[in-house]
Amino acid sequence: MHSWITISLGDPRPLYLQVIEQVKRRVAVGDLPPGTELPSIRELAAGLKISVITIKRAYLELERDGVIATRQGKGSVVADRPGLQASIQEGEMLGHLKQAVSLGLLLGKSKTEMQRRIAEVYEQTQKGGK
Amino acid sequence: MTTELDSSTGTELAASMIDVSKSYKHFKLENIHLSVQRGTVAGLIGPNGAGKSTTMRILMGLVQPDTGTVTALGKSISSSEAAAKQDIGYFSDDMQLYKPESIGWHMQFVRSLYPTWDEAYATQLLDRFGLISHQIAKGLSHGQRVKAMLLLILARRPKLLILDEPTNGLDPVAKHEILTELMRVVEDDSRTILYSSHNTQDVEQISDSITFIDRGRVIASSNRDEFLEKWKRIKLHAPETWKAPDVEGLRLESCHRNLHVLSFSQFRDQVPTQLHEPGVVIEAVDTMTLEEIFVSSVMRGREGSQS
Repeated sequence: MHSWITISLGDPRPLYLQVIEQVKRRVAVGDLPPGTELPSIRELAAGLKISVITIKRAYLELERDGVIATRQGKGSVVADRPGLQASIQEGEMLGHLKQAVSLGLLLGKSKTEMQRRIAEVYEQTQKGGK
Repeated sequence: MTTELDSSTGTELAASMIDVSKSYKHFKLENIHLSVQRGTVAGLIGPNGAGKSTTMRILMGLVQPDTGTVTALGKSISSSEAAAKQDIGYFSDDMQLYKPESIGWHMQFVRSLYPTWDEAYATQLLDRFGLISHQIAKGLSHGQRVKAMLLLILARRPKLLILDEPTNGLDPVAKHEILTELMRVVEDDSRTILYSSHNTQDVEQISDSITFIDRGRVIASSNRDEFLEKWKRIKLHAPETWKAPDVEGLRLESCHRNLHVLSFSQFRDQVPTQLHEPGVVIEAVDTMTLEEIFVSSVMRGREGSQS
């Protein structure tokens, strides 16, 4: 029924983040155009067999990020705003960068070292792609 | 019917236990606090012998606590138990079907006792659980017996389900069928489930709140994602003689030569600043599984009670 989202307990990330990421991805690639109605919180919870509080949290954050809009008593729809797809992609990249930087900080890497590593990875990936 | 509210969130409670204690010769349940909000799934996780069944029996009014207040569906359990029980569905593996009779016979029997029995739903459950009405109870496998008993409870459409280890000993397919049905139950936000297991994996996915109990005491209560965000495993290199700093929530789990593995229960995007000291190199900060968090909580609780 809601097979466009898959949840894995083997994934170390919290479940609500898995839901958020997959909704965003479906919106970013155009599978869920603006105005598409999303299932109600309890419907989606039953469909995915994950707790109501998890879906609630995912919907709240998606709303805060401007990806969905919730109308009182009418459920949630994909937000209708220009540049939404691009901003999701931008947000995803920023998320990965932030994660890399905070890991670097935890491991005590300096700014210069992190910049050097990013440049290195850039070179390697580009070469690999060709 | 009086409605009981959770003082912290203002939401309605389907069940609550306040400061409940019960002593037996070799076991004691101490100061149990438990509140289950209406429309949620609450998971109770504890090792064998932790007090899960006793807690649930007290909530059902089957066991009288020594002290404390117990309420279910807005009614005090001790004073008006019969009235509240019409709307409560209780499952325990101790319960037996009547061996010579069929599943269909049991369905008719329960239907005659409960006016809320939903025949159409019962028929659907038979189908979804892969059961046949004329199967005799004596010949059922463990999984079929559990599913048949759950069918008899679910088809009464109780407002509150108290399920004592319903997935114990089941194969993954039967577990899946049961979890699917339980989530369908709470699609209706007036229904509530309290569900126990010694296996974190059985409850973590569907539970809105998870309570760990061990040796008769509640040791932690949260939801899965919050547990996962607050708990991290920190691996670091430091001299063999290094002692972990005395920081709340930090515990040394193991140590091999100069590799030290710690668990930390108060992670908020940062490791304790006390770990940034000369000679200490943090190698990794990893997410823990709910099972690892549960085991670490139990070990911490036991250490704390011994000191």
